Amino acid sequence: MNLTLRIWRQSGPQDKGRMVTYKVDDVSPDMSFLEMLDVLNERLILAGEEPVAFDHDCREGICGMCGLMINGNAHGPQRGTTACQLHMRQFSDGDTIDIEPWRARAFPVIKDLVVDRDAFDRIIAAGGYVTAPTGSAPEAHSTPVAKANADAAFESAACIGCGACVAACPNGSGMLFTAAKVTQLSLLPQGQPERYTRVIGMVDAHDEAGFGGCTNAGECTVVCPKGIPLNTIGRLNRDYLAATRKGGSNTPGS
Amino acid sequence: MAVTGIVLVLFLIAHMLGNLKIFTGAVSFNHYAEWLRELGAPLLPGVWALWILRIGLVVAVVAHIWAATTLAVRARAARPVRYAHRSKVQGSYAARTMRWGGVIILLFVIYHILDLTTGTLNPVGDPTRPYANVVADFAPERWYVTLFYTLAIVTIGFHLRHGVFSALRSLGQQTPRGERRARAVALVFAVALCAGYLVVPFAVLTGLVS
Repeated sequence: MNLTLRIWRQSGPQDKGRMVTYKVDDVSPDMSFLEMLDVLNERLILAGEEPVAFDHDCREGICGMCGLMINGNAHGPQRGTTACQLHMRQFSDGDTIDIEPWRARAFPVIKDLVVDRDAFDRIIAAGGYVTAPTGSAPEAHSTPVAKANADAAFESAACIGCGACVAACPNGSGMLFTAAKVTQLSLLPQGQPERYTRVIGMVDAHDEAGFGGCTNAGECTVVCPKGIPLNTIGRLNRDYLAATRKGGSNTPGS
Repeated sequence: MAVTGIVLVLFLIAHMLGNLKIFTGAVSFNHYAEWLRELGAPLLPGVWALWILRIGLVVAVVAHIWAATTLAVRARAARPVRYAHRSKVQGSYAARTMRWGGVIILLFVIYHILDLTTGTLNPVGDPTRPYANVVADFAPERWYVTLFYTLAIVTIGFHLRHGVFSALRSLGQQTPRGERRARAVALVFAVALCAGYLVVPFAVLTGLVS
């Protein structure tokens, strides 16, 4: 396959950045998208040019490091797939592919296609944990958990924090991520003591980081490589409403 | 957004039911319009009750627009650098057209008040004869008015299709099954409301009401 790539190049956080066109020939349809970028980078290095910086780690769709806006789609055209698990057979010979970084104020570009996702860590630090050490897995029948709750918590826990939801959201909102991280705990017994301080703290951290507000547009759940459902945000809303009604101290960790 | 939206939806339902009284004839319809003005009598004199309702609606509309503007401003600030390549809508068309749809609806409401409340833009424009105003408004030679009304009502339909679902979600609808139900309710409600509103101008246009 012969492809034309238009890639966002930006030498550093202060650089203005621009789209640069590259031709990549002899691409195998069995390559992953990142392998195709590796091939481009090897050629750039041999030609004495600066290779394209992009995030990646496990390359098996589980670590949440990779994230590219491919032709305006977060993680590319295939649903439920991270960019590293996307294969070039999804494209045709002669295609022009636009590759951009995640775009959000809360995710500033570090270089080329690499963005700083510290904002997600700040949301987690505001309550996305259980304070008391709960030891190893308890005996299964000592604290019954409804099957539906266990399944929904597991679904939320599948979030890998890649940031595709923010990248795709027309409002630049990180609410699907926040909701997944809130509900994976709020549905289980271990998460109950801090349930309502957690939701306030994490939503505040989300807003402070400069993410937009959720309008239930649903773009996030379409691009989510882990298929986190949109109703997760409804669970967060309900906890948030309950927390604001309760009043009193909403300090996280109190 | 959700709370003010619900207030406006309740008004839309009442307004649609009132409109349908046009099929009961001129006397009955005019009498209904007269009754609206005297609503709340004898507890409240004259048009007081009507004005209280109107003020309530204006507050809801302003609060709704204020909330929407806040969200839009936040959304713009949240993405200072735009995408060079943005693929078309993947979620729902209704959801992505809420803001411009809202602007169109606001312009329509302004025109609608000038047309059938104050009568400024109405060919008859007689506040004592609302039935005649409506019939003159949607006369076949004024087809462009009917067209504009139809477009505006369809826009409201799209606005409600996402708005009703989104309001339920904001107020804590949380299960996948409930989401399917909420979406179905929003769709059925939007279609029913559109039909209820559109049946009046088209009845005039086809001569069913004259």
